[in-house]
This record gives sequence, structure tokens and C-alpha cells, in this order.
Amino acid sequence: MTTTSPRTKTPARNTTSAVGDKVFKGMSWTGGVIILVVLAFVALFLLTRSLPAIAPDTFGPGADQAIDFWGYVWPLMAGTVIVSAIALLLATPVAMGVSLFISHYAPRRFANTIGYVIDLLAAIPSVVYGAWGMLVIAPLMVPIYQWLHDNLGFIPLFAGDPSTTGRTILTSGVVLAVMVLPIMTALCREIFLQVPHLQEEAALGLGATRWEMIKMTVFPFARAGIISSIMLALGRALGETMAVTMVLSPGGFSWSLITSGANATIPSEIALNFPEAFGQRQAELIAAGLMLFVITLIVNVIARAIVNSHAKKAEGLS
Amino acid sequence: MKFSRFYRSAAIASVAALALAACSSDDAADENAGGDSGDQASAEVSGNLIGGGASSQEAAMTAWAAGVTEVHPDLTVNYDPVGSGSGREGFIAGQYTFAGSDSAMDAEEQEQACGSGSPFHVPSYISPVAVAFNLEGVDSLNMKPDTIAKVFAGEITSWDDAEIAEQNEGVELPATGITVVHRSDDSGTTENFTDYLNGAAGDAWTWEAADAWPEELTGESAQQTSGVVSLTTDTDGAITYADASQIGGLSTVAVGVGEDYVEYSAEAAASAVETAEEDPESEGARILDRSTEEEGVYPIVMISYHIFCDTYDNEEMVNQVKAFGNYVISEDGQIAAEDSAGSAPISETIREEATQRLDAITVAG
Repeated sequence: MTTTSPRTKTPARNTTSAVGDKVFKGMSWTGGVIILVVLAFVALFLLTRSLPAIAPDTFGPGADQAIDFWGYVWPLMAGTVIVSAIALLLATPVAMGVSLFISHYAPRRFANTIGYVIDLLAAIPSVVYGAWGMLVIAPLMVPIYQWLHDNLGFIPLFAGDPSTTGRTILTSGVVLAVMVLPIMTALCREIFLQVPHLQEEAALGLGATRWEMIKMTVFPFARAGIISSIMLALGRALGETMAVTMVLSPGGFSWSLITSGANATIPSEIALNFPEAFGQRQAELIAAGLMLFVITLIVNVIARAIVNSHAKKAEGLS
Repeated sequence: MKFSRFYRSAAIASVAALALAACSSDDAADENAGGDSGDQASAEVSGNLIGGGASSQEAAMTAWAAGVTEVHPDLTVNYDPVGSGSGREGFIAGQYTFAGSDSAMDAEEQEQACGSGSPFHVPSYISPVAVAFNLEGVDSLNMKPDTIAKVFAGEITSWDDAEIAEQNEGVELPATGITVVHRSDDSGTTENFTDYLNGAAGDAWTWEAADAWPEELTGESAQQTSGVVSLTTDTDGAITYADASQIGGLSTVAVGVGEDYVEYSAEAAASAVETAEEDPESEGARILDRSTEEEGVYPIVMISYHIFCDTYDNEEMVNQVKAFGNYVISEDGQIAAEDSAGSAPISETIREEATQRLDAITVAG
């Protein structure tokens, strides 16, 4: 009995795992193909529907009836990038600090609680952030803008008329920073916790202070992960629609961050104007969406390149 | 709203019960009575009438769709608030039996619409646009059109500017800065207001009428009427333009017309439409005279049209359209819209004109 049963069982186990193998292979292949097909369809939709705006002579009503598309879309692209950059500049240091605190400084129980709170922040819908930004943050920023203008007005970023309602691109950036914070924090925390304890203890054993230990072991180990988390956060910031729509008074383009009605972003432009748009205007808005798609693509390619080069460096070191 | 609807339906139910009782007691007499009051025609109207277009009419349309069932119980009206342009597009494509639109169809659109027939406009929804402001201690202000234009163009930046003070003797004006608030989304209200400034303010306003606020003018903005109203309410010294029924507690500007200043009122708005010229290129449409000097006319008015065809494919559609169109312009229909959307009821002249056009609708053939 004892000698035969494993023999009879082993082949059976092999066949089931072969079936399981096939099923799983099929599933992962289908998943991979579906995601590519969906992406291709979205890209195709954006491209075909935006042709009348991009090339009005060939596909649209003729150049005389169309607006200058690039003149229309570049301020929107610039605004989108600026607001995302502000959000990341503000959120990254805070996210680093919070995740290090959770992973390396805080007492365990306390750390868990903070972790939960951060995860909860990620679950708040963006319309709530938008309302909060519009009703609470914007009025709070008014005196700050006035101060920035009075004291640092020589910098182009703080030139121009300071807003009297606080509905500016800088306020939008602050709200976005709060929104992307949980994503960055959650990812960084997980990565910081993955750092091999042996390395950390070795560093401490060599007489490093805690900060030196973090600098020597945690950051190098987590670099690729930190960059990935920043890129994920950037993706959210670039595409955020509702909150920006509610917080920002849109306009054309200016370098001033504290003037209302001077900047706009692609997602909020589309959200504001799509409901009543038709014909050529709709094509313009979809084309603006295509531009956002392109920006995101470029950002992701750059991020991949950075992550890969770091990974190679890390391999070379070890 | 809910209560009044409940009472209304309760009232219908009780009337129906009475009618049933009458039926059972004396069938013949009741049939005759029905014939005399014109109920026979209405009894034939049934089915689904589908329209689409301007979202500005949405609130009124809800009231109309509910109200028309009181007159024609078997007629249901569905309205897609997809926007004026998409509404006209759908009407031309035959997707909608009628369209709601904040602007009249242009020549090209009229040619494409209605097959062998031609479309006409009924100015069924008149909505006054108020110039509303929030300034502590000031309840009402007089402003001439060019002053309004200068304020919105950012040339006048303080409430105690000499030009405003001159027109408002005896009003204590604070030195608060003016914050202009406009719509951040493309809107028929913006189109209307800029058209008014373009027509009435002369050199003080150099921009054409458009759905979007002129890009050169930076200023505060918010989404939808509710957005601009709440932003203005929250900001001392703010001024905006919005649908007059939705400005809440904000103060309004009495607009300079000729030598006088006219406060917004439903009658003043309706008379602006009545005194407006007929559009020679679009049947039934009106061209508002923004620089009118006529007494008691409030010139910042938005007209939203219903667009119908003068011929339809079958009898059923003709009846549906006539029933709905006539209900909307009837006194009941206009009052229903005033109650729910705060629009200004149309005048008798406009009603007669529209009734004639609606009655002339025939079956194509």
C-alpha cells in the first residue's frame, strides 16, 4: 500500500497540473491579448475621431472653418504638465517621509494604524477632494498668494494678479498632491519593508546611524520602486478630471501660478465642454484627449527607461 | 415639487373617478359632452414623442412632459438634454421628432432637415439672464451697457469707480475690488450675454458672441449656473451673469435701456421677445434687439426654441407634435415652466403666431 499509492498518485497529479498549466496559460494569454486589443481600440478611436481637428483640410470642414488646433492644444498640454509637476513636487517628499516613518521609525502598532488611514485616503472619490479643494483649500490659499505676490512677485511664477478666490493652478496642484499621496505612500511603504533586514543590520553593525542606514541600504534597494510609484502617481495626476474641474478657473496659458483663469488642463477642458460639443468641436476635444494619451505614453516610456537603467546599474554593482 | 405633483395626480384621480361615475349613470350624455369640449381629438393622441437638444430647457421639459399627460394621458414625451447642437443634428437625422435649441437653425441646417418640408421655430422657453453681484451693503445698482462691458472686460476694477458712482447717486460704494466670475464650460448663457454686450455696449466690448468666454479675459470661472452662483455668493465684490431664476440671494443690476434702468422681471423679459424682429431666414425665430431703447424692455434674454417640421410622415406624429407644441405654449404649459424652471411666460402675440404655425402642420404626401 505505502509503496504503490505514491506511484498511482504521482501521474494523476501530473495530469491535473498539466491541465492547470494549460488553463492558466490560456488565461494569461487571453488577458494579455485583451489588454492590447482594448488599448489598440482606444487609440484607434481617439485617432479616427480626432482627424478632423488635426488635419481639417483632408478630413474636416477645411482649414478656414477650423481653429488652429496646435495653438488651441498646447496651452492645455502645458497646463496639464504644470499641474502634475506641482502635485509630484509637493507629494514626493511627504510620501517618502510618511512611508519611511511607517516602515522604519514608528512603533509597529502605530504604523499599522497610519497605514490604514493612508489606504483610506486613496479610497475617497475625487469629487469629494474637488469639493474640499473648492470650498476649503482655495479660500485658505488667497492670503498665501497675496503674500507670495508681494514678496516674490519678481519671479514670473508669482507675477500677475493674485487670485481673489484661490481657484488657480497652484491650488489644483495642492489638491492633486493630496490625492496622489496615498498611492505613492502605499507603494513606497511596501517597498521599504522589502529591504533585506540583514543588509540593514549590517549597516547598523558597521556603526551607521539610522539615517545613514536608510541612505545606504533602503534607498538604493528601493530606487526603482520609488520611481515606479512616482510614475503611477503622475498617471493619476495627469488624468485627474473631476477635482481639477471643480477647483480651477480655467483659461489660456501663463507662467503665473497664482492668477485665476490663466491655465487649463486637458481632462477638465474635455469634461467641461464635451456635454454640449458636437461636430468639429467634439473632434477638437477628442484630439485633445489623444494628446493626453501621447503625453502619458511618453512619460511611461521615460519612466521605464529610468527604471531599467537603474536595474542594470544595480545588477552591475552586485 | 413632490407634494404638488402628488396633489395634481390625486386631483386627476378624483376627476377620473367622477367621470367614471358619470359614465355609468348616463353614457349617451357623456359622449356628447366629450365631443363638444374637443376631447375626441385629444383622445386620438397617443404614443411616444421623442425630442432632444438644449439642456437649458431640461427643468421646464420635465414639467411639460408631466403636464401634457394631464391633457393627453396616452402621450409620453421623452427629451434627451444632449445640447443644442447635438439636438439639431439628431433632428436633421430623424432621430428626434422635435429639437430644443438655444439658437435658430442656419440656412444649411434648414435645407437638410424635414425632407421635402421645412422646419420652423417656436420660442417656447424664454429665460432672462441676470447680471448678479455680491457686494456687502449694496442691494441694487444701475449700470449702462458700456459700464457692464467695462466691468466684465476688466477695465473697471473697483466698485467705487467714478463711472459706477455717477450712475448710482446716493449709494455708498465700498472700495472693494471687482471679481468677475464667468462660466468655465461652453454655454448658451455665455453666448447670450456676450451677444448682448456685443450689441449694446458699442466700443467697450470688442468680442463676438460665443459659447465660450473670450480667452484674452482672465478671470474667475466655475462650472454650470450653480457653480458661478455659489462662487459669487462666497466672494465679496464678485459679479456674474446667470439664469435669473437661479441667482438665489444675489443682488441684481438694473440694466440701462435708453435713458432708463430696467430691473429684471418676467414681463420685461417677455416684452423683449415680443418687440424683437422676426428672423427673415429662420421661420419663427427672433433676432433680439440688444440696443433697444424701448421702455420696460429687459434686453438680456435667452430664447430657447422648439424646432418642428411643417410636415410629418404620418397622422400619429402630426397629432403628437400638435398636442405637445400647443400644450407647451398654452398658459398652463408656460406657468408649469415658470414654476419649475423660473422662465418668463411668452406673450399673447407670440402664442398666437406659434399656434398658427403648429395648426398648419400636415401629413407629408
